[in-house]
Amino acid sequence: MRVTRTSQAAKVAALLGALLLIVLIVAPWWAGRADLRLMGEIFLYLALASLWNLMAGYAGLVSVGQQAYVGFGGYMLFALTIFAGFSPVVAIVGAGVLGALISVPVALLIFRLRGAYFAIGTWVIAEVFRLSFAQISALGGGSGSSLPVKIVRSMADGRAAREALSYWLALGVTVCVIAVIYLFLRSRQGLALTAIRDNELAASSLGIDIWRTKFVVYVVTSALTAMVGALIYLQKLRISPDAAFSVNDWTAFVIFIVVIGGIGTIEGPIIGTLIFFALRETLADLGTVYLMVLGVVAILVMLRAPKGVWGLIRARFGLELFPLSFHVKRTLNKKGT
Amino acid sequence: MADPLLQITGLNAHYNDFQALYGVDMHLDEGEVLAIIGSNGAGKTTLMRSISGLIANGATQLQYQGQPIGSLRADQVAGLGIALVPEGRQLFPSLSVEENLLIGGRLGRKGPWSLQTVFDLFPVLEERRTVPSTSLSGGQQQMVAIGRALMANPVLILFDEISLGLAPVVIKSIYNALPNIVGEGMSAMIVEQDISKALSISKRVYCLQEGRVSLEGASQGISRESISHAYFGIK
Amino acid sequence: MDWVNAIVQGTLLGGLYALFAAGLSLIFGVMRLVNIAHGDLIIFSAYLGLTVVMATGLHPLLALIIVVPAMAAIGYALQRGILNHTLGDDLLPPLLVTFGLSVILQNGLLEVYTADPQKMDAGVLETASFPIGDLQLGVLPVLTFGVAIAVIAGLQWVFYRTAMGRAFRAVSDNQDIAQLMGLNRRHIFALAMAMALAVTAVAGILLGIRTSFDPSVGGGRLIFGFEAVIIGGLGNLWGTLAGGVILGVAQTIGAKIDPGWQILAGHIAFLIILAIRPQGLFPRISG
Repeated sequence: MRVTRTSQAAKVAALLGALLLIVLIVAPWWAGRADLRLMGEIFLYLALASLWNLMAGYAGLVSVGQQAYVGFGGYMLFALTIFAGFSPVVAIVGAGVLGALISVPVALLIFRLRGAYFAIGTWVIAEVFRLSFAQISALGGGSGSSLPVKIVRSMADGRAAREALSYWLALGVTVCVIAVIYLFLRSRQGLALTAIRDNELAASSLGIDIWRTKFVVYVVTSALTAMVGALIYLQKLRISPDAAFSVNDWTAFVIFIVVIGGIGTIEGPIIGTLIFFALRETLADLGTVYLMVLGVVAILVMLRAPKGVWGLIRARFGLELFPLSFHVKRTLNKKGT
Repeated sequence: MADPLLQITGLNAHYNDFQALYGVDMHLDEGEVLAIIGSNGAGKTTLMRSISGLIANGATQLQYQGQPIGSLRADQVAGLGIALVPEGRQLFPSLSVEENLLIGGRLGRKGPWSLQTVFDLFPVLEERRTVPSTSLSGGQQQMVAIGRALMANPVLILFDEISLGLAPVVIKSIYNALPNIVGEGMSAMIVEQDISKALSISKRVYCLQEGRVSLEGASQGISRESISHAYFGIK
Repeated sequence: MDWVNAIVQGTLLGGLYALFAAGLSLIFGVMRLVNIAHGDLIIFSAYLGLTVVMATGLHPLLALIIVVPAMAAIGYALQRGILNHTLGDDLLPPLLVTFGLSVILQNGLLEVYTADPQKMDAGVLETASFPIGDLQLGVLPVLTFGVAIAVIAGLQWVFYRTAMGRAFRAVSDNQDIAQLMGLNRRHIFALAMAMALAVTAVAGILLGIRTSFDPSVGGGRLIFGFEAVIIGGLGNLWGTLAGGVILGVAQTIGAKIDPGWQILAGHIAFLIILAIRPQGLFPRISG
């Protein structure tokens, strides 16, 4: 007998995933402009959802304030390119670093709150960010500003090349985010995180430093969220406080994606994002009704199938595409017994 | 012969994820004092929680006054006149001594027990009536827990390990008060780890061992030897 | 003198914030539930009041007679129908379900009433004022503060002097053993929510008279109520009043420095308290 993490399904999924990745990488050559933009948007929402899921589904830190970092990342992109002269790609990385830095004092403050009070605390922080950035006239104050044309042009020559670059950045960041999450969860830190999620008291009695583990997750998630935010606003080209720090766009949608897809699994946000965009493309005209439908579906899922769509699939078929749990496998010895 | 007050048939109760009782058969007659003994983990508390409705079971596995109560909720069972003095006292910390007693009597059932008669039984509680209940000593808290159950004027009162964690002199004074309670014709089931106390106060005894009834008999005539065998599962 | 005026106005504003917070505090105390939709329910009450006023021509304060029982009934149904099913050890379900509720409420109100700001007309009450020394005190703010005190005193009386209050405290202490007393916890929780939404109704009507409102402002009210609770300390309703006052004063002083700073000043005061005294000023229970 041996203990292993892989399974047949995971191996097949890895192969298919690699093929899918190749297809996506060459998308600028087979997809139209609108499709390319849509795919880029899907990737970025997937990244945001995966990060929120890491915090809430694994570390138990439910935030309704991640829009703080999306907006912060967007504003840092503008600030670093306009005032510090960085190239957009470098500015995106810079936004991530700055996001990490500012998340430290924020964490020190809001970690004093627990459970649902922590959640509202994250919302307060997002509001503080929004109100503060609205005061900075150099970045457009309350009405916002646009990214100067020359900065946009500096990214690449020609509109097609720029759009391809934007698309690849989105794909690249998303693949990186999921890879980081997957590798983290496979590591010892990740095992600690799963232990904390399952039973905090038992975990701490095993010597796991709960506070530090959660702190690291919060900082890393916030940094990566800021990077995604920078990328989002590189594509949108125009930023304003109300849009950048919008609860609806960056938190409500993300939460619905994760809840419906399946919280606490890596596959969940992927399924959730696909469902969300499928719904959006079919129902988008309905505006507020669409949001209400999402709300009702999320409530029903939480009450009836709390593990989401992926949870149902996993329970029914025992599937795991991102191998994380350990199995015991029988092996044959030389005599075949 | 009248029907038993409480009839337990084939009770298979579960505690969290595992089964604690296997096909337990028991009965208690009206006005009787029954003792339940057994070592830790034998299933005694699961039995108490099942009778009082805190654990749900098959409806007919528990019959009270001829009615199936196995699947009723605890608040419904309380309305039928069954009161539990829980293991570990479990008083309400946000309530004072008097408030704990008052909430025990909130169903307003008629009977000999009232705030004043409970204070007569345990005078020290009257002195400390406005004090937060959990700031009392262990023995005094046990008195409040017993008083709280009495305030419901129950037909059947269940005592779950009332001597646990108490000093011997305190246990003695509480057991001295018990005849006043069960002498009024109230039926009682007493779960105890202290075998001699349990036998001294009861008419019949059941012994539980790993979730099964291993012995049943009259408390007076039973031999020490048969008790040890039943308690520890020695054949 | 201007500063004294600002402090007095801020204190009176604190009364309104305490009303926002009282319902939140009550629910957390009884069932450890934090209702993310709380602010939206305040706004919903305001819209309900508006509808009653438009339909009957009643004065907004008289609309309370209809709105308060209506919200209480809604609270009972909401708790028994949906929220009771989220209670348990896991903190995700109540949080996510009430978040979903918040989105549904906001968008539902948007559908029915559009995004146009609304306000209830209380006539002369809105502008009447009386002098105390050199200050002019508005009748409405003073009335609101008085109502806040009355409501909190009333809630305290219910909790500590009635059988229902004993039931609330017992169920909050130990749900299982409370059942042994014949308490049906699903019913008790629903009663608590009914009470909380009755208070919310009062807060909503007073808000709707005082300022204009639209479907999107619920989140802000939740945050003010939450900040008042945290500043004042968990589990203490009078502390919540103090928290509301501190928040109100911080906001009015901030507004005096720069009108755009009003809300930010309140958040900063909250963060300072969180930094130096995270348990709040007068805590009674831990988070």
